[in-house]
Amino acid sequence: MKQLLILSGKGGTGKTTIAGAFIKLAESRAYADCDVDAPNLHLIRPHASPARRSDYYGMRKAVINEDSCKSCGFCRQNCCFEAINESNGKYVVDAYACEGCGVCEAVCPIGAVSLQPTVAGELMLYKEDGVFSTARLKMGSGTSGKLVTEVKKQLKQEAIDADLAVIDGSPGIGCPVIASLSGVDMVLIVAEPSLSGLSDMERIIKTAEKFKMKIGVCVNKYDTNKELARKIETFCQERELPFVGKIPFDNAAIKAINRGQSIVDVDCPAGRAATKVFYKTLLIMNS
Amino acid sequence: MKIAVLSGKGGTGKTLVSVNLAAAAEAAVYIDCDVEEPNGHLFLKPQDIKNEGVAVKLPHADPKLCTGCRTCVDFCKFNALAYIKDRLIVFSEVCHSCGGCLLFCPQKAISEKEREIGLIQSGISGNVRVVSGMMNIGEASGVPVIKKLLRDSRKENKDVFIDCPPGSACMVMESIKDADYCLLVAEPTIFGVHNLEMVYELVRLFQKPFGVVLNKCLEEENPAEDFCLQNQITILGKIPFDLKLGTMNSNGQIASRKHPKYKDLFLNLLETVRKEARHETASDT
Ligand code: SF4
Ligand code: SF4
Ligand code: SF4
Ligand code: SF4
Repeated sequence: MKQLLILSGKGGTGKTTIAGAFIKLAESRAYADCDVDAPNLHLIRPHASPARRSDYYGMRKAVINEDSCKSCGFCRQNCCFEAINESNGKYVVDAYACEGCGVCEAVCPIGAVSLQPTVAGELMLYKEDGVFSTARLKMGSGTSGKLVTEVKKQLKQEAIDADLAVIDGSPGIGCPVIASLSGVDMVLIVAEPSLSGLSDMERIIKTAEKFKMKIGVCVNKYDTNKELARKIETFCQERELPFVGKIPFDNAAIKAINRGQSIVDVDCPAGRAATKVFYKTLLIMNS
Repeated sequence: MKIAVLSGKGGTGKTLVSVNLAAAAEAAVYIDCDVEEPNGHLFLKPQDIKNEGVAVKLPHADPKLCTGCRTCVDFCKFNALAYIKDRLIVFSEVCHSCGGCLLFCPQKAISEKEREIGLIQSGISGNVRVVSGMMNIGEASGVPVIKKLLRDSRKENKDVFIDCPPGSACMVMESIKDADYCLLVAEPTIFGVHNLEMVYELVRLFQKPFGVVLNKCLEEENPAEDFCLQNQITILGKIPFDLKLGTMNSNGQIASRKHPKYKDLFLNLLETVRKEARHETASDT
């Protein structure tokens, strides 16, 4: 199974819209949403049957046993993350700030602290014509990289016979993105023609290059700033990065999305352009 | 007053709203907490830039003192340590700098070194002091950069606009912790609603007063607006989908500095936010 990962450096560039179109065009039987902080792909891939859900356990977190705590304050003094609060002699762990390092557990003279497993999110697996692996991180849980790895593991285990997996990546350049890169055959970077888009693109390209990825670049909503769209194209030429095309801003695309469709489900300029981008990307991935 | 601007996801106009509000205010501080992809400085173009590194502490074992007892290796919950071939190895990318290994080494063989993971850049742009955090490429977590950014800003007594990272995970929570008011920016699509729902959940969890700005509003129906109405969420303002505004924004220009029409738009928004925030804090007590 070949894996195509779609990244953008930042959300809002139309990554999910393009992923949705690609899944449709490829008639892909395997796809995943690795944006576990804010998954969106399921909104345009409606499923008739419910998902198989499983809890995802993140890092363990400290819990103080109120009854045995002697209020000596050692735990608080030694926590580097300011995760233990004291009020009126009572010590309580702030689960959002706790990183589960275990220092408090180890310093507590009477064993009043223990690290306990906490549910950090939920994995979802839809199985119909194809396999769709996705997840949702619980509010305030910090281990999204590990959950991304789980999403990909779930996809791989369930979709053994699929040829191409389309993976919607997560925004940014941090741990979830790095986790989503592993085992991928190609990265398609969706850039936006704006100064910020240019800066985001450069940072994500650097990240992908650091992991020696095969890269393609496309510009979405190119006609909202043609000059900068051209600049992105030139940048790619200079850096010898394959430029796979540009997609116009298209009201029809927004309408399709709001109806829960992909942009290639309707005949519109954005959909036609995305189709071209798709075939060019495939060509590069298979070369 | 500290106003955190968030959106559940990037690209909805979080930076547009925060830089324009800061520019419209009389005197303000703009803090870019989107340390993975900081963009605010591209708009505000600050002058007199000062750079300051952000470092985390990394353990280092003195091979002369270390006996290889592996107490530290067994302790480390992040598997950041290994004792291989008579040497203690530290995997710096996964170390959380908790200090546990240092604390529990029976030989006192471990000391801390600094490792730079990012940068804080500050400068001035007219009425706005611009502070941006930038995480180095290849780092896993920007939280230490955000922590430092916000710690340094606690003393500010001007209006502070915090441009939050996208999502609702640890970095966002870090960014809104100290905020007096949260401003949620939403797009008029079903993606927009979904992202809004997430930050909505977050601000309620943190019991922060908040309101929504609807961005890129078209004539057509607006699922994000419907969501606000259904849930009785205050709509602070609407920014129309406007080609001129879009072009200025994509070219890194600040609309409220270029055009009185947009200055009015953002000044009005700022007034509404101030009123709301005062009202909310008053009704809290
Ligand atoms: S586990 Fe670590 S981060 Fe959590 S409360 Fe204890 S010392 Fe602090
Ligand atoms: S170290 Fe143990 S006994 Fe002391 S305050 Fe913390 S939990 Fe309580
Ligand atoms: S605990 Fe100290 S002595 Fe033991 S292996 Fe670690 S550094 Fe070496
Ligand atoms: S400081 Fe904490 S996380 Fe880092 S190596 Fe030591 S025990 Fe592990």
